[in-house]
Amino acid sequence: MKSDLKFQPWLHRYAVLCAVVTLGLIGLGGLLTSKEAGMAVPDWPTTYGYNMFLFPVEMWTGGIFYEHAHRLYASGVGFLTIGLMVWFFIKEPRKWMKWLGAAALLLVIIQGVLGGLRVTMFKAEIGIFHGALAQLFLALLAALALFTSRWWMEGKRESLPKLSNRWTPFMIAISVMIFVQLMLGAMMRHAHVGLAVPDFPLAYGQVWPDTSEAALEEINQQRMDVVHDGNVFYDEPLTPYHIHVHMVHRIGALLIFASILTFAVKTFRQMGAKHPVARMAAVWFGLICIQAGLGMATVLFNKPADVATLHVVTGAVALVFGILTSICVKRMENQWLGMGSQSSSRTSQGPAAEPVTA
Amino acid sequence: MKKKSVKTLATAVAALFVFQSAQAGDITGKVTVKGNVPANKTFAMDPMCGKLHKVNKHEMPFYVVSKDGGLADTVVMLQLTGKSTGASAAPAELDQVNCFYTPYVTAIQTGQTLKVKNSDPLMHNVHPTPRSAGNKEQNIAQPFKGMVNDFKFEKAEKFLRFKCDVHPWMFSYVTVADNPYIAVTDKDGNFTIKNVPDGEYTIEAIHRKVHPKLEGATQKVKVSGGAKVNFEFEVK
Repeated sequence: MKSDLKFQPWLHRYAVLCAVVTLGLIGLGGLLTSKEAGMAVPDWPTTYGYNMFLFPVEMWTGGIFYEHAHRLYASGVGFLTIGLMVWFFIKEPRKWMKWLGAAALLLVIIQGVLGGLRVTMFKAEIGIFHGALAQLFLALLAALALFTSRWWMEGKRESLPKLSNRWTPFMIAISVMIFVQLMLGAMMRHAHVGLAVPDFPLAYGQVWPDTSEAALEEINQQRMDVVHDGNVFYDEPLTPYHIHVHMVHRIGALLIFASILTFAVKTFRQMGAKHPVARMAAVWFGLICIQAGLGMATVLFNKPADVATLHVVTGAVALVFGILTSICVKRMENQWLGMGSQSSSRTSQGPAAEPVTA
Repeated sequence: MKKKSVKTLATAVAALFVFQSAQAGDITGKVTVKGNVPANKTFAMDPMCGKLHKVNKHEMPFYVVSKDGGLADTVVMLQLTGKSTGASAAPAELDQVNCFYTPYVTAIQTGQTLKVKNSDPLMHNVHPTPRSAGNKEQNIAQPFKGMVNDFKFEKAEKFLRFKCDVHPWMFSYVTVADNPYIAVTDKDGNFTIKNVPDGEYTIEAIHRKVHPKLEGATQKVKVSGGAKVNFEFEVK
């Protein structure tokens, strides 16, 4: 049965394209929120009463540009995902891949509806969920690109790098931490209050800021109507919630940084710098360093839209990298450390257990 | 007989007028500010809106202070509830002119119609974002010049924000009161609350920047055919 598996280069390229384009969509969504333009088009699925695909270009002004471009781009991602699913159903011999393709389509439809409901129902909470689900959708598409790769489909199992330890529980734990961190970021962004803590490394000059009523009154007095990135004004007062979410995000960043550093150091020590897992760990650590730098820059430069958007995109890349490398390392573990007690029942089911054609 | 009736009616109307004059009057006054008033922040509009101005450099009207310290855009109102005549009051107006909401601060009553107009040759969206649970958030497209939409709010709320998400500097603040005795100070800080019945009241003056917690300064005022009340704020 498995001998039917054959690398399909164009299918793989198309899957990669879907993932890359989706990363761009996340970036556009981040830019849209940074520009506070999420509500610039009040109606959905129409745009100012027009069929969204026929909305005149000359009317794409101000915040409408970002919101409408996000909608059109998202539609494009939706069409690409339909194409991917159809391709899977026609050409992909693995049944579970067909289901994953269908799941991707379902997710992108849910995403579209959530985006529309966020606008029409005035619910920032939906926006947070929309942002979080976008990360999972991207991770799924990236995984599909991996599963259609030559390395996955035709690579020899015996040629997989040897492992002496199980790393995936640690890697998955870190990936979950990154996902939670991205959700915290989405909560901050969708609160629409700008920077809840404007200084770094301290917070309002303290290790942990005072959020008493008197302190907040003073903070709000000082920060009201912050001019930001040209002409975006935030005039909502801060509450302890905003400051606490921001601080937990900082602590989360520190924990993730320390965890990946530990992972990288351990893999280097145990397997040497040339081992692919150690290299993956180094790249992951590099990504987190960039991400931390962007986070600091977001605070120190008063949340410029481009930096904040890059912070969102790099966060998504770090999550996807964590998930993809976890899958790859799991494959190595299955080869060299065994698949555990349920190996026989999983052989033909899941992607981690997919045997490599000899 | 007919002549006598007309004379009686005229006398009655005159008496009623005199009686009413004795029973109600205007509260007038001035709101001033002293201390360390921060300079307003400046910004440039996007190219489309910028074209509507000779110089594309603008101030957010956070503090509009006259030479003698008069503070504009302060809402002055009696603290009364359940006295709204908003349903029968003439509609209030809020316009969008050259990519600014005009006026920046407005006062209306609960149930009173607020007509929001687009006088610009470009697209705006009208997005009131109330905090009070009884008032409804809406987001209305106004893509064409001359469009007017009506808004009503059933709950009293101070500085209910209207925004345009197309142009992120565009804000207006509408205070909704549960009585008709409400005014907004002019550019010199002066205000007039008209036709206040005689009696003792608590009067509140509130400025969005001076009172970020939305708790204004209050005074007791005794109205007897009118009254004069001044407020002086200090910014530290």
